[in-house]
Amino acid sequence: MMNSDTLSPRKQKSSNLAKPRAEMAGKNGALLEVKGLRIAYGGIQAVKGIDLHVAEGELVALIGSNGAGKTSTLKALAGILPPSTGQIQFDGKSLNSVPAHQRVVMGIALVPEGRGVFARLSVSENLLMGAYSRSDDSEIKEDLRRMYELFPRLVERRDQVAGTLSGGEQQMLAMARALMSRPRLLMLDEPSMGLAPLMVKKIFETIKEVAAQGMSILLVEQNARLALQVANRGYVMESGAIALSGESLLGNDAVRRAYLGG
Amino acid sequence: MEIFLQQIINGLVQGSVYALVALGYTMVYGILGLINFAHGEVVMMGAMISLSVLTALIGIGLSPFLALPLSLTLAMAGCMALGYGIERIAYRPLRHAPRLAPLITAIGVSIVLQNLAMMIWGRDYHSFPQLFSNHTHQIFGAIISDIQLIIVIAALCIMAGLMLLIHRTRLGRAMRAIAENQHAAQLMGVDVNRVISITFMIGSALAAVAGLMVSANYGLAHYYMGFLLGLKAFTAAVLGGIGNLRGAMLGGLLLGLIESLGAGYIGDITGGFMGSQYQDVFAFLVLIAVLVFRPSGLLGERLAERA
Ligand SMILES: Nc1ncnc2c1ncn2[C@@H]1O[C@H](COP(=O)(O)OP(=O)(O)OP(=O)(O)O)[C@@H](O)[C@H]1O
Ligand SMILES: [Mg+2]
Repeated sequence: MMNSDTLSPRKQKSSNLAKPRAEMAGKNGALLEVKGLRIAYGGIQAVKGIDLHVAEGELVALIGSNGAGKTSTLKALAGILPPSTGQIQFDGKSLNSVPAHQRVVMGIALVPEGRGVFARLSVSENLLMGAYSRSDDSEIKEDLRRMYELFPRLVERRDQVAGTLSGGEQQMLAMARALMSRPRLLMLDEPSMGLAPLMVKKIFETIKEVAAQGMSILLVEQNARLALQVANRGYVMESGAIALSGESLLGNDAVRRAYLGG
Repeated sequence: MEIFLQQIINGLVQGSVYALVALGYTMVYGILGLINFAHGEVVMMGAMISLSVLTALIGIGLSPFLALPLSLTLAMAGCMALGYGIERIAYRPLRHAPRLAPLITAIGVSIVLQNLAMMIWGRDYHSFPQLFSNHTHQIFGAIISDIQLIIVIAALCIMAGLMLLIHRTRLGRAMRAIAENQHAAQLMGVDVNRVISITFMIGSALAAVAGLMVSANYGLAHYYMGFLLGLKAFTAAVLGGIGNLRGAMLGGLLLGLIESLGAGYIGDITGGFMGSQYQDVFAFLVLIAVLVFRPSGLLGERLAERA
């Protein structure tokens, strides 16, 4: 089953996942800064002018009920959904006219809702797709090794097509694949969706581990309690707007009532 | 027995050409879910370009061993530019339009290309120049010429190379990823438009090779040859399972064999009522049979769900 070795401090040293490709610039400013983001589908406003930011090394949770606009927000940040207005700055540079594939090069990775693994590609091919934006072949090999260390389950399945994996394994693969691009900001869209409790636990342990290594993470979750437990900070989204934000949302009465079941 | 073997050989030669053209249909369909009905005209352009360059070069006294690769290279370059242009102008603006729209544009592009070819080369048949003494070989009484041998071997090498490209390279991986899920491929950093352009260019390069092959095999080319050839290669792609590369190759070879055997024996079957001029019927009988009994083709899976 799970190899707890991968979470040991010794191994952690050798598998520093948060090794940004670019120099860290603007240490004091936020890594990601979003201002007045609006997204519409046809005439329907899904996101109604939100502000949010993620600082370097922070784990930020974005929670909210069905249809609040969380996925739309992440898609716009990744560049696969054009916003109607708003400013997105990453590392001090405007992303507004940067196409999705170049945002990956800049260091933005999204693990999409529903995982989006390539079902007919093998596990190792999926991981190599994650490294598509890189050309440092020897380091890609090294990172592959690290991913198999972080997710030992994937080792036995490396030559299997991804469509044959269980939901949890696919989620691991999707995370590993995103990490293969050596992102500076990792965005996760409902990583716990549809998974058995044990698998959810494993996924969240991995998120914590990756965060502990200094990765900046924006985590979208329906499972608000879990998300807020691991996060440094959180935003609550309600029908397209940020309703609440802060560091101690778990203790907030309104949040408890609406999202944590009392 | 000799006749049977002869029909097999002829079928394999023609089938190799179908396979190369079918690959162009199937690659584009695999990635975009679009049937590029202008592809047959790209084959025709490849044939016409290579033929006129070849004739000109031979005319100024160049050795066939230089003239042939040179004219093929030019035809491939021309067709790649054409394929790129067709996608950019006719299909890309309609990427999110209803499926019928690009289909209609494809027919429009076909008509434009046919008329363009007619303006440049006229309505006449152009004959393939005599390059070298076309030796023939006897196999158990059946005959295969040098040119036919070259066609089959070259086609097999090209198909092997394409399989390597698709299954063993970074570009091929990106193509397969796009075929499954364009958004996810973008999230990996794939410039989807660029890979789509490259796909059209590869398919068009294969079409140029196929164009030269048919005109060499039949000894002629003309502005209207793309229509029937394109339709048959499309049939081959459907027979193998459109979107499936191995299927296109298998479908191409099979269709060549069915046609050739059908033409060889139709006289016997119908008691002399129909002759080999009916050989084109077989391709379409096959198409109808596949669509009725096995719409996903021989090697086809369910159509890929697209994101
Ligand atoms: N492709 C689409 N076309 C039209 N409307 C859409 C589309 N995608 C989302 N919406 C609408 O936009 C709103 C926000 O959807 P979104 O998927 O961003 O929410 P979400 O917070 O991720 O929800 P969930 O928790 O269910 O994943 C919803 O009202 C949804 O119905
Ligand atoms: Mg969502």
